[in-house]
Amino acid sequence: MTTTAIEAEGLVKIFGDNRAVDGVDLEVATGSVYGVLGPNGAGKTTTIRMLATLLRPDAGRASVFGHDVAREPFVVRQLIGVTGQYASVDETLSATENLMLFCRLNGLKGAAASRRTRDLLEEFHLVDAAARPLRNFSGGMRRRLDLAASLIAQPPLLFLDEPTTGLDPRTRAQMWETIRRLVATGSTVLLTTQYLDEADQLADRIAVIDRGRVVAEGTADELKSSVGQQSLQLTLAHAAQLPSALDAVLDVLGVAATPSPEARRLTVPVADPARVTDLLVRLRGAGVDLDGLSMDKPTLDEVFLTLTGHATTDAASPELEEIPA
Amino acid sequence: MTTLTTARTTPGERIVPGAERTLRNRVTLGQAVSDTLAMARRGLIKIRRTPEQLIDVTVQPIIFTLMFTYIFGGAISGSVAAYLPVIIPGILVQTVITTSAVTGTQLREDMDKGVFDRFRSLPIARIAPLAGALVADTVRYLIATTLTIGMGLLMGWRPGGGVGGVLLAALLVVVCAWSLSWIFAFLGVIARNAGSVQGISFLVLFPLTFLSNAFVPVDTMPGWLQGFVDTNPVSHLVTAVRDLAGTGTVSGQVGVALLSCGAVVAVFAPLAVRSYMKKA
Repeated sequence: MTTTAIEAEGLVKIFGDNRAVDGVDLEVATGSVYGVLGPNGAGKTTTIRMLATLLRPDAGRASVFGHDVAREPFVVRQLIGVTGQYASVDETLSATENLMLFCRLNGLKGAAASRRTRDLLEEFHLVDAAARPLRNFSGGMRRRLDLAASLIAQPPLLFLDEPTTGLDPRTRAQMWETIRRLVATGSTVLLTTQYLDEADQLADRIAVIDRGRVVAEGTADELKSSVGQQSLQLTLAHAAQLPSALDAVLDVLGVAATPSPEARRLTVPVADPARVTDLLVRLRGAGVDLDGLSMDKPTLDEVFLTLTGHATTDAASPELEEIPA
Repeated sequence: MTTLTTARTTPGERIVPGAERTLRNRVTLGQAVSDTLAMARRGLIKIRRTPEQLIDVTVQPIIFTLMFTYIFGGAISGSVAAYLPVIIPGILVQTVITTSAVTGTQLREDMDKGVFDRFRSLPIARIAPLAGALVADTVRYLIATTLTIGMGLLMGWRPGGGVGGVLLAALLVVVCAWSLSWIFAFLGVIARNAGSVQGISFLVLFPLTFLSNAFVPVDTMPGWLQGFVDTNPVSHLVTAVRDLAGTGTVSGQVGVALLSCGAVVAVFAPLAVRSYMKKA
């Protein structure tokens, strides 16, 4: 029995002279949520499409629960569910008709298909709109239906390609909730995202991908600590006390703090968290009043910037748009 | 460990791990048929939802039958009544075959939609999304066939083959149109966009249907053209339909038409399916 849901080694996909995926290695443990994080055009969708048997790799190999995606695609398809970046449901059909179609294609017949369809419509809050053609569906409803269609066969591995791109914050939070519940039932999820907070919130492990390569891999915490140390944020009650606070920091920790006077705030790099207590005692002694304080780890935004040399909003290069689904 | 017997996917219920599932390595014939039927059902719902796409199979048979009969009838056969046994089988074949070309265009449009990605990611028979669309399209051929024959009867066509002969003729046309639709399905799969499918299809269809015995007697054509017309499979089909509807005889032409259809399917169905899977 294997405990690895996905194993990929040196995956390569070339479109023309564009190496869209350029040697990606991945290992995803069963029962985990694995995040693939990267900007537009980094190769996320192409990687997912190769793992989901929708594209043949030009080099390298990948397997799903021990079944090779190139040699045993039919077996792999029985183990996966795919929800694409663009809703992969039929626009001219209603929600019920879509789910019935995919139930039948998954081998459910008559009453069993109707029952599964009804259950999924209920679970994804689509009962009221079930008979309407999808043309009138909102983006969130479409995504929910798309995910519902992926769950008909209760696949042990789910690919979610940017499941919340373009959704409003409330719908996005609902989608996160759904993904968490899925994992609780034993599903393994591989999701791609451009949103750092999404990877941070959902994923057990994250691969940062840029220009077709994995540039970093680990838990969110590991990635953050690989980039730098924590920092202490101090908010003072009175802006006039900034100079004495700066002196105290230099004296106790031996480093220069970065002041932002308009916000009455100091950012202090902290190598040894234990010494923060000394600093706080010293500040009280100096009569500096604090409004607030927090210890901050570096954000994934900073991680990304450090790892790739460019910000996340920057696509690797404009013409490297992802292949449309 | 719970089993898959319950149909619920509610959270909290455990999903059967990949390693504990029984997995099949290939599709059975039974599954291929049921997948194709499921896809055909989808095609039928689409036809019902977008009736505007039926314009070609409803308006064209009516207008073409009226136009050709009244324009050419006197010149070719001396009178409209004498021309009807010639033109109705001809226009029937021409209209229904033209309709089968639309299958390719619509397939191309359909394939550009996201739902085809899901079809490719499912453990279903590879041929089902294509075959299902083609099966559903027989409804279109049936409509075109019925309307053309109905127009002919209204205009005074009295086929000597009787109800049986006409029904067999209609069946033969629908079968041939379905077989030919694999050519256009192949074009639809390999073409870049729906417009180019339409362009190429008509480039193929126009000479095939007009350089045949569908509208005029072949002996009025120059000798070199007669050679092409006589070998054109469309001519064989038209002759077979005239024999069936006109006299109720199943001539050797029926065999020629069916053999040609079989050959077309044998060549183009695998080509279409292979290119369709490659396109993924």
